[in-house]
This record gives sequence, C-alpha cells and structure tokens, in this order.
Amino acid sequence: MTQAPRLLPETKTGWAALAVGAIALALMPLFASPYHVELGTTALIAALLALSLQLLVGVTGLVSLGHGAFYGLAAYIVYFLSPEGSPQPIWLTLPIAMLVAGLAAALVGLFALRTKGFFFLMVTLAFGQMIFFVFHDTKIGGGTDGAYLAKPIISAFGMTLDLPRRQRPIGTYYVALTQLIITYLALAWLLRTLFGRVLEGIRVNEHRMQALGHNTQRAKLIAFSLAGALAGAAGHMWAMHRGFVNPEIIGWHKSAEALLMILLGGLGALHGPIIGALAYTGLTEVAGLMTERKLLVEGLVILLAVIVLPKGLSGIRLFSLAKPSGNPHDPLGDTDPSQREVKIDND
Amino acid sequence: MSVFLAQLLNGLQYGLLLFLIASGLTLVFGVLGIINLAHGSMFMIGAYVAYAVTSWSGSLWLALPAAILGGIILGSILERCLFRYFYKREHLDQVLLTFALILIFEELRSLFVGNDFHSVPIPSLLDFSIPITSTFSYSAYRFVVIGVCLALAAALFYWIERTKMGAIIRAAAEKPEMVDVLGIDARRIHLTVVAVGTALALAAGALNAPLSSVYPNMGDGWLIISFVVVVIGGLGSISGAFWSALLIGMIDTMGKGYFPAVAGISIYVLMAVVLLVRPNGLFGQRT
Repeated sequence: MTQAPRLLPETKTGWAALAVGAIALALMPLFASPYHVELGTTALIAALLALSLQLLVGVTGLVSLGHGAFYGLAAYIVYFLSPEGSPQPIWLTLPIAMLVAGLAAALVGLFALRTKGFFFLMVTLAFGQMIFFVFHDTKIGGGTDGAYLAKPIISAFGMTLDLPRRQRPIGTYYVALTQLIITYLALAWLLRTLFGRVLEGIRVNEHRMQALGHNTQRAKLIAFSLAGALAGAAGHMWAMHRGFVNPEIIGWHKSAEALLMILLGGLGALHGPIIGALAYTGLTEVAGLMTERKLLVEGLVILLAVIVLPKGLSGIRLFSLAKPSGNPHDPLGDTDPSQREVKIDND
Repeated sequence: MSVFLAQLLNGLQYGLLLFLIASGLTLVFGVLGIINLAHGSMFMIGAYVAYAVTSWSGSLWLALPAAILGGIILGSILERCLFRYFYKREHLDQVLLTFALILIFEELRSLFVGNDFHSVPIPSLLDFSIPITSTFSYSAYRFVVIGVCLALAAALFYWIERTKMGAIIRAAAEKPEMVDVLGIDARRIHLTVVAVGTALALAAGALNAPLSSVYPNMGDGWLIISFVVVVIGGLGSISGAFWSALLIGMIDTMGKGYFPAVAGISIYVLMAVVLLVRPNGLFGQRT
C-alpha cells in the first residue's frame, strides 16, 4: 500500500499543478466579466457532475447512462423545497437534495447492479428515462415548460452571506468552486482507503475481489449511491445557479455529456473529468458563438475525441515521442508499463 | 368490447414495430458487441425518408423500398467507416461514438429538412376502415403495417434460422474465434448484420410515419423502449426480442387505454421485476 492510487497524482509536482489550477480558478472572477463568471459556474457544475460519475466509470468500471437523472432529480428537489418567492437556506436544501438523489440511486442500483456491461448501460438509461418521464409527463414540476424557483440563500451556522444583487453570481461561483475542491479531496481520500482499493479492484477483476472475500455487490451499491448523491450536489448547484428547472436537465443527453467530459479529460485520472468539463464547456461556448449548428460541431468533436484521444486530454504527454506501447484495447492502461500490475485473467 | 379489440390490434402493431427496431439492436450487439445508441436515429431517418419520398413522388408506396435500400447503404457506410474500428473498444467509447452520431444525424436533419413537424398522408388506396364487428372497424393501413412487419419478421427468422449465412451469424454470436478458425470472412458477416439491422430500423420508421407525425428527436423514445425490449427479451435472442416486443407493445397500449396515470412507468416497473426474477431476461439463456 505504499504506492499512490493510480488515479491520483504520483508526485508532489502533480499535486502542486492541481493547487495552481485551483488558485487560478479562485482568482478568475477578479478579472472576468459577469458573463464569464456565470459561464465559469456552468463549467464548475459540469465538472462536479463529471467528477461524481468518475467514481463509477474511472474508479469502479461501471459505465452508467442514467447518471443525469440523479442530477436532475436533485435540481427538482430544490424547486420543491424552495419554490418561487420563498427562498430557503443552502444548509437545508443541499443535504436534502443530496439525500434524495442518493436514495434514488440506491434504489435504481439495487436493480441495475444485478446486470453487467451492456445490460447495465441499458438498464441505467431506462431507469433514468423513467425519472425523466415522471417530470416530463406530469404536472408536479411544471411539466415540459419547467418552473422557476427561489435560489437558495448562501447561509450556514446562522450566518448569511448577504450580497448585493450584482455580486450574487460571484457568490454562487465560489460555492461551486468550494464544492468541487471538497469533492475532489474527499474522493482522493476515499481512493486511499480500503474501500477505494476494493472499488479499483472491482474494475480490474471483480472475481478476484470476490475471491479475496470482499462483498463486491455491496461495494458497488455504496459507490453507485454515493455517486448519485454527489451528482445531486451538482444538480442542486445547477438549480441555485439558474433558478429554473426543466425536464431537459434530467434527460439522458446529460448523462452522455458527462461521460464525454470524462473521456475528453481522461479516464485514468481523478482530475480528468474536471479538465474535460472545463474544456467541453469552453468548446460548446465557442461553437455556439461561431455557428448555429452547435450540435454538429459537438458531434464531430466527440467523434474526433473518441477516435484520436482514447486517453483524453490529461493523457497527452509532452515529449512523448518514444511512447511506450500499451495495450491499445485498454484505454485505462497507464503509459508506463513498469507501473502496471501483472494481469492474470482466467475467469 | 370494440375498444378492447382496437387496443389489442394497436398493441400488436406497436409491438411489431418495436420488434423491427429491437431485433437490429440485439443482432448488432450479439454479433459485433457494439452498443448502437444511434439506432433510434435510424428510425428517425426512416420516417424522414418516408416524408421525403411521399412529398417528392406523391405516393407512400415507394417509401418502404427506399427506406430499406437507404438503410442498407447507410448501415454499410457506418460499418465500413466507423463501427469496425470499435468492435474491440470499451463500451464507453462505443457509447460516445454512437452518441456523437445521434447529434450529427439530428443536426443534418435540421439542416436539410428543418425543425418543423410534418405529417405523412396514408395512401388513398388504404385510407379506409375494415369493419370487424357490427360496431367496430379498424384502419386498413394499420393492418398493412401489421402484415408487412410480420413478413419482415418471418424473413428475418428464416434468414437467421434456416440459411447458411444465418448459421454463420449465430455461430459468430456464440463463438467468434471458431468462425475465424473456419476461414470464414468475418468482415462480410459484420457488414451484412449492420446493414440488415439498420435497414429494419429505417423500415420501421417509414411504416410508422403516417401513423404519427414526423418530428425532430423522434428516435429517442423508441430507442429507450427498444432497450427495455432487449433487456426483457434477453440479449442476443431474436425470438426473445419478438415476444418481449409484443408484451411491451400490449402493456403500453393497454396501459395508456385503461390506466393512463401509471402507463408511463408501467414498462419500467415490468423491467425492474424481470431484473429481480430473471436478470438475463425472460427469454434469454441462463448462464
């Protein structure tokens, strides 16, 4: 257990680079226009969602297409708790939104985790769409039109951050950034625990983890619920950012986008999804400015990313002329063969 | 009574259309191991082909052959240019590849046809109702849809179960290494399977076009329901997909007719129950 988990930076320089990135994000609102601060918040929320999904995809090896449902569900919980005209404090809305999203994920996981691979994808997608149709087809959340809500007040332990109207987006930005940093550090800690090691072991070889006496089914269910709750935190942030919910945020395109951010940023690093989310948000913004055919650009970029960047942006190594040849069919493979464990697959 | 009969026939017709889509999904996955999320877009393209053909030639009769031909061409292009490089890749890569295709197809649709809703007229020859009982008559076009779907399903079964190529396809789904060892050109099999699967989805879209309007993103809903069909039917099983498609078609139609409040989630509840009892699907092989 001396070696750092695969998904975390291995050197002090790596951690320092992450810290510099976080400081740069923290300083951004001092220089940016209000519009770009709001764009930054959007990017940070996307990063929160993608990071929560990384716990399933990059860590445990579970590719879920229903993750957006927990995100959207949490946003709707904010609407129920804090409807237009009666804003509630964040210390109330955030935990409840996360709890509900986590419980919904536990319930879906109970069924979906009975399946694997392709089945798991289809089942998570179908259950995600079920949640989508509940809000799309009924009037409980304003139906297809969506609904306005009162943005939760930034308040905790009896103290309220009372900002003038113009400053409020900046407040939201910092709440999102704080959540992102806390989530990253919490997941980094989790990866170092035995539970985190078990999750990584499940991705590499679930049978071997079972043989070692770990209850992999329970571990996967806990990971799925936890990821759902974290997606809920992202959805809560979205509601707080926009003050509006509609069924579109639950749909499976949201889940696919989050998967794309992970792939874009890199499966092999915990910070990959954050880079992917920032890059993707920037990209769609630029594409939207340049052309009306935004989806076409997005589609072509995804196509390109899948074909030429199987390791994602964080997998790009400068000076990589003499690239060690890994297994091309294993996108999770590390670049350095000496770091890889010997794989014995005889199940 | 007549309402019930109408629901029964509607359920049959809906279930058969679902089968045409789900069989392509399950075939492509069973033989190639590819998850094709863009399969719903194929349905959408079929509907737009029907719309384009009818507004150009004034007749729906050409739409079905045009959709099938278009499906074979489109499927071949996709297999040759993209899918073949993804057979051995992770599920995640396949998901994103086919998701990208959805976005591209939708944007191309919007570019060439626009974002309006269109309706496709039922051919005048079939625009009448056939009396079944003294009080109930049923649309002749829907009977034709049922008939065409059954004919396509029968052809598919014959091809898979009775021909040499079908035997190779079944073998390729079960033991791909053995097919390679026997010196059979697997690339030809892959191409054929994707072409046929795509053609069936386009055919379903074209047949359905006069029954609902033709609109953007119409493939999404069908894709999700087809997934439920495949999960319940058991992956890789064509006959499983057939029975499960009929079951879903009936439950959904009956649900909308008699219990509209819960109809939306009824099939998902059914899927959950099936997953609890038989995680490999109702008709799938036990492993």
